[in-house]
Amino acid sequence: MSVRKKNLFQNLSALPSKNSCGEDGKLLLRNGRVIDPSSGIDSRMDVLISKDKIELIRERIEAEGGTRVLELEGKLVVPGLVDMHVHLREPGREDEETISSGGAAAASGGFTSIACMANTQPPIDTSGMVRYVLEAASRTSPVKVFPVAAATVGLRGEQMAEIVDLRDAGAVAISDDGNFTGNSEVARRVMEYARMAGLPVISHCEDPYVGKGGVMNEGYWSTALGLKGIPAASEVAAVGREIALAELTRARIHIAHVSTGGAVDLIRQAKRKGLAVTAEATPHHLVLSDEAVSGYDTNAKMNPPLRSEEDRRAVVEGLRDGTIDVIASDHAPHCEEEKDVEFDEAAFGVIGLETTVGVVMTFLVNKGVLSLSQAIAALTAAPSSVLDIKAGRIARGQAADITVIDPQLEWTVDPCSFASRSRNSPFKGWTLTGKSVLTIVDGKIVYQA
Amino acid sequence: MTGRKDLLGLEDLSGKEIELVLDTARSFKEVLERPIPKVPTLRGKTIANLFFEPSTRTRISFELAEKRLSADTVSFTAAGSSVSKGENLKDTARNIEAMQIDMIVIRHHSSGAPHFLARSLKCSVINAGDGMHEHPTQGLLDIFTIREYKKRIEGLKVVIVGDIAHSRVARSNIWGLLKLGAKVVVCGPWTLMPLGIERLGVGVTSNIDEALEGADVVNVLRIQLERQKSSLLPTLREYARCFGITRERLSAAKGDVLVMHPGPMNRGVEIAQDVADGPFSVILEQVTNGVAVRMAVLYLLSGIEADDKPE
Repeated sequence: MSVRKKNLFQNLSALPSKNSCGEDGKLLLRNGRVIDPSSGIDSRMDVLISKDKIELIRERIEAEGGTRVLELEGKLVVPGLVDMHVHLREPGREDEETISSGGAAAASGGFTSIACMANTQPPIDTSGMVRYVLEAASRTSPVKVFPVAAATVGLRGEQMAEIVDLRDAGAVAISDDGNFTGNSEVARRVMEYARMAGLPVISHCEDPYVGKGGVMNEGYWSTALGLKGIPAASEVAAVGREIALAELTRARIHIAHVSTGGAVDLIRQAKRKGLAVTAEATPHHLVLSDEAVSGYDTNAKMNPPLRSEEDRRAVVEGLRDGTIDVIASDHAPHCEEEKDVEFDEAAFGVIGLETTVGVVMTFLVNKGVLSLSQAIAALTAAPSSVLDIKAGRIARGQAADITVIDPQLEWTVDPCSFASRSRNSPFKGWTLTGKSVLTIVDGKIVYQA
Repeated sequence: MTGRKDLLGLEDLSGKEIELVLDTARSFKEVLERPIPKVPTLRGKTIANLFFEPSTRTRISFELAEKRLSADTVSFTAAGSSVSKGENLKDTARNIEAMQIDMIVIRHHSSGAPHFLARSLKCSVINAGDGMHEHPTQGLLDIFTIREYKKRIEGLKVVIVGDIAHSRVARSNIWGLLKLGAKVVVCGPWTLMPLGIERLGVGVTSNIDEALEGADVVNVLRIQLERQKSSLLPTLREYARCFGITRERLSAAKGDVLVMHPGPMNRGVEIAQDVADGPFSVILEQVTNGVAVRMAVLYLLSGIEADDKPE
């Protein structure tokens, strides 16, 4: 069966654009520190954009008359960031987020490409739904949207979805994220089939029984707070099963939102064996631990839950040594009514598109835990590689998807000012250093601070 | 307790604050022994009891405490209320507060529900039991009872036996007792022992005889009958064999040991018939003390001047 990834993202000219290039259709980004992990560039460079493509990257480019010039001294010029784990809530929960508002949130956060998960209402489990998402995105989203389609019908883990048809409609991966396929036979067949279709399987790893009904990590804090816990073992057991099946089927699997040291150990071992296993971690799992739940703050409630400090450190170490390839937000918008309730009743999930850059810069890069280049790679080249999409690189001839970050900019997180429809951020009120200030998609400025 | 709006748990209180409640409860206990056991201390104050979970003891105890203080009381139980129409907790509470309520006493199945309310309500919130988290007035009355008999808490060996994992009574007792210098040991099957409990500063064992050795106080918790149908316990029979407090087992404890139970009891399961009704049992005194302790809590949170304290 032939495997072709169509360029299904339609042109953006349908969207009104206030800030476009100069008269000659060119935009010159001057004097920024260009960091492109794929090619190893990390130095002061000029970048010339012509229409929707990158025309030239050179130490010094003379601007011709008519070219619009942006002076980016002191700023970082990186490939348009890619968030491969976002929940856009459309169709079904447009009160929480739409493809348009999610796209705007992405642009504001510096992301030029996002992959959206399938657990909408109705779910993205047919080619028609994939086409719907792509069509809505081309009409309303300022950034590129890559649908992740369901692995099983209704994400119920029983009957396989039409994975080839989904791929042909434009899905870049399959995932029942939100759910874990408890039936290992179904999980195995999904992997085999997806491998045939050439798509990676993104796995939300959580044992269906251990910790059922839990609302936070099981440990000292759940004991002190009197809340039912989800033990780390729930994730570790599920990751173990996925890796064993990946070995059997030789499928490409990607472990979503890793939160435990046990999972990191298993993934490290799987990579040593040469298995096609990749993994991601969210900014909140890299920075927060279960202590954040004290006071019953529902903005600290998500799945997988914030874990012990020990687990958090192991996840950070996993990112540092490359066991974890990708940083992805698991942006999960929820309306106020679903969060401003008793902890047990609150919905699981936090938003993240507009805080990822700030959190990563402040707590990983600036603290010397991760090099800037590693951090950028985890947000660009790595997710692009997992999804096999044309993104995450600054190179001649590539689409002009570029993010400019001001590494010195200090700002306070105020979710009320976010482009996202939702406000459920665990970083509300925090002061961060580092923010995206300019986002360019296909040569057009879609966000400017 | 001065300056506090709410009583959400014993974890938040200092040893001194706990002692203040106990001393105040002592005064109110004397009031309860009078022919007319009533004082005008909270006259004009309105207190709403919101019980979202079934309760006999605690609810009646609070109502009596409120009435003995001359407060006006209203009680709400979840069944047949707007909650069954889908009204959320916050709206229910706010609507009640809008009727000029001074204090809300709340029992709820979700841990943290009182904290959630306390954040959004101006009136005082008293936790009458939230999920598995805390039952501060029960902890206070348990400690008060121990103090009545033993005259002190410091240095005593207090053993709490039973389903520690799901017990708010256990947690409140642990916090309160540790702050006053007791040595606390929790005992129960590992399936009902919460992860990390030792980090609170208690001894942990699944050996009942080891736990009871030299104990000054044994606080026996109720085993919920549903646990035997779940994966947590094989049968209540096995639980009774391994952990049931019998006269024989009790001989390992001190000669003047106190046997306590928050109630309601499963006679023959966690506690033998002759222990529940025997010479060491102070279970009924706990109930009597409960009214005095709750009077103290209501009084101390009401913000009434110190001179109005009962003589």
